[in-house]
Amino acid sequence: MNETSETIRPFSAASFDQYLAEGKLMASRCAGCNSMHLPPHAICPKCHSANMDWVETSGKGKLAGFTVIYIAPTFMIEQGFGRENPYVSGIVELEEGVKISARITGVDALRPETIRVGARLMVDFIEFGEGEKKRTYLAFRATG
Amino acid sequence: MADAVGLTPIPATRVENACASGAAALRQGLLAIASGMYDAVLVGGVEKMTNLPTADVTDTLAAAADGPFEISAGFTFPGFYAAIATAYMARYGMKPEHLMNVAIKNHDNGALNPNAQFGVTIQKWMEGRIASAIKKGKPAPNWATIWDFLHDDSANPMVAYPLRLFDCSPITDGAAALLLVAEERGREFTDHPLYVIGSAQASDVSLHDRADLTTLPAAKLASSQAYEMAGVTAKDIRIAEVHDCFTIAEVAASEDIGFFAPGEGYRVAENGLAARHGAKPINTSGGLKSKGHPVGASGVAQVVEIWKQMRGEAGERQVKGDIPLALTHNVGATGSTCVVHIFERRD
Repeated sequence: MNETSETIRPFSAASFDQYLAEGKLMASRCAGCNSMHLPPHAICPKCHSANMDWVETSGKGKLAGFTVIYIAPTFMIEQGFGRENPYVSGIVELEEGVKISARITGVDALRPETIRVGARLMVDFIEFGEGEKKRTYLAFRATG
Repeated sequence: MADAVGLTPIPATRVENACASGAAALRQGLLAIASGMYDAVLVGGVEKMTNLPTADVTDTLAAAADGPFEISAGFTFPGFYAAIATAYMARYGMKPEHLMNVAIKNHDNGALNPNAQFGVTIQKWMEGRIASAIKKGKPAPNWATIWDFLHDDSANPMVAYPLRLFDCSPITDGAAALLLVAEERGREFTDHPLYVIGSAQASDVSLHDRADLTTLPAAKLASSQAYEMAGVTAKDIRIAEVHDCFTIAEVAASEDIGFFAPGEGYRVAENGLAARHGAKPINTSGGLKSKGHPVGASGVAQVVEIWKQMRGEAGERQVKGDIPLALTHNVGATGSTCVVHIFERRD
């Protein structure tokens, strides 16, 4: 879904988050060499072209590696996670071949031995916070 | 630092490269001498961490990662290395117990290092916990062996599956220093100088952008470049100090520096090859795990251990036999910076 040059958002983390809030996992695609980058890049790491487009990913992927986190950073503790309520973070390889870090849902955090590297995943979005503090976090849900 | 040790007004520069700051500073010192501009450079590594609560330390260390894309996914540094571990387990069949063997080995070494933060074997640690419980009139924990202890969630709690407390390097205060001098001036300072014959550094993308999660490509590249510069191979290296910020990191490092083939590194703590009197001793100091991990000082302290071992000054933990060649491997973040140095003794 290319946009016209007038409306192309900057290839920044802020734009990426804005798209997440709209329910879209967006990558950058280089108009020069056609390579896709996730997270998005403003300059193509392969051919160094600055001629980029946004493209929506399939949102389908598989689990490349994961962890169940018990000692959480402050912002996750604020979301109710920690020693008594661990959560799963992972690295997801999309069908398109690009990878991204994300929260992993639809798995049993308390039985990590049941979580399988290679498991099929579908993009999901986690909203947290109220008003101006509301933020959308990238997640992937296990689909079996 | 220049003020604290009375070295003003000579130039002083702070080098920041996350956990690889120490080796990066060493490399900057070497480059300054190699340029011909200086003939003596003091490299100091200093870190003070224990004055902050653990959550603040976690947040501060997380600044070395990709904030918008990694940290927002909930990752912590133990979490990154845990993801490397689950990918490695899926690929090679490693179990969490193999990782525990790395910690056991490094505490065995650290127990012989008077400067180690946790210089005690895991066996002694467990016995201490039992004795302490009895002294306080509490029921004695029911640990028959260190394996019971290491599998007990209260004694060895999960930090980021599959990594437990004893898979993680501690929060540490520490400092170390190295005096670098131009080759022709070395013997003005000591009869037994060491020569840096290989120095290499590489950078890399974030963990999630790598084709293979079970290895640190920048560590492989820096190693191969350092070997090439030194004109030696991994077979020639007698001992190594590697960046075991987590037990899985030592497994990956032992493969990335070429000591062991991919998929073999996880077995070596168990079969003794990497032990102090094994064929390829790794982390005779106790490593970051037992000696401690004062972040910016670690890469400098690795060289201090190599210095002692190569000169036969490592005391009770001295490796037997000559050590003509040794290597250090220092990693920043999850391998977005890796620095490798090779040292030679010529006498």
